[in-house]
Amino acid sequence: MIIALILSFIQIGLFSFGGGYAAIPLIQGQIVDLHHWLSMTEFTDLITISQMTPGPIAINAATFVGLKIYGVLGSLAATVGCVLPSCIIVTIIAKVYLKYRDMAFLQVVLKVLRPAVIAMIASAGISILITAFFNGGTISADVNNIKFDMIAIFILCVVLLKKTKFNPILIMVLAGVLKVISGYWL
Amino acid sequence: MRKKDVLIKLFLSTLSLSAFTFGGGYVIVTLMKKKFVDEYHWIEENEMIDLIAIAQSSPGAIAVNGSIVIGYKLAGYLGVIVAVIATVIPPFVIISLISVCYEIVKTNPFVALMLEGMQAGVGAVIMVVVYDMVVDIIKEKSVFLLSIMIIAFICACILNINVVYIVLACLVIGIITAALKLRF
Repeated sequence: MIIALILSFIQIGLFSFGGGYAAIPLIQGQIVDLHHWLSMTEFTDLITISQMTPGPIAINAATFVGLKIYGVLGSLAATVGCVLPSCIIVTIIAKVYLKYRDMAFLQVVLKVLRPAVIAMIASAGISILITAFFNGGTISADVNNIKFDMIAIFILCVVLLKKTKFNPILIMVLAGVLKVISGYWL
Repeated sequence: MRKKDVLIKLFLSTLSLSAFTFGGGYVIVTLMKKKFVDEYHWIEENEMIDLIAIAQSSPGAIAVNGSIVIGYKLAGYLGVIVAVIATVIPPFVIISLISVCYEIVKTNPFVALMLEGMQAGVGAVIMVVVYDMVVDIIKEKSVFLLSIMIIAFICACILNINVVYIVLACLVIGIITAALKLRF
């Protein structure tokens, strides 16, 4: 059982590209459809929990499933299985990169790649903001669907990040506290 | 700096970043850039962007991959192990706790509001870091690089194309450009 668990999460770690939600169908295929470790309802709960907690979905799933079927040992084993492929593959790529990055050829390739990476981080930021600013999580011109308090919190955070030396984590927590205040008292 | 100090700082910063990065892997790489490039000056900005490229185009979670590249860059294999353990501990502990008291957490309006508000904070952190990086690209005064950035943005944000394909496409464009420039 524990071997199947480890193998299953090695596959999840190995074949999930692109991060985050792209991994959900793969995780579902392994732990709901193939091995029946979780029911669909439990899996949906897991996704909900993942959305409200920090950490990658695959790691959350490994902890949750491992704990359920084999206790703490199971969750440790599943988590190790899940990060193992990354540890090997990414270390090799990083090693190659650090060794050859000064080559003229690779310099040009990386120069072309960098703007694309920035664009993708920007895109991730925009989708988070769309979810944050609009009810229902999609862009809407309807004034009732716009969360003005969230926009105000966002602007305040940007100003604080630009003008002060506050720790970004502190600013994120502050944003949460401001929303609680606005939700309860305004 | 002594290697032991680097490892301790690496462990503590990765642990705290992982504990607070709601909203996916890009949040943690953004915070890593702020921490390791802007605050500690351990990594150069361009190098950081390259490492993020490796993290996002390799298999596995971006947060874990990001820790691996940073860990390896700063302290070799030991750095990888330390950074990965630090990244995994917070979700591990939190999920273990929540699976015990899930119903209470799920229905608590205070928790829901707190999490909702943190999205605005997360978005702000990402946008500020992105702004700095975009300014640096604009400073290069290259229409080619600027167009790549805009097209990649449209592909990712509007057309919802998987980032792996975008990275691969840009890799091919980069290889062609390099071949033409260096006349292989």
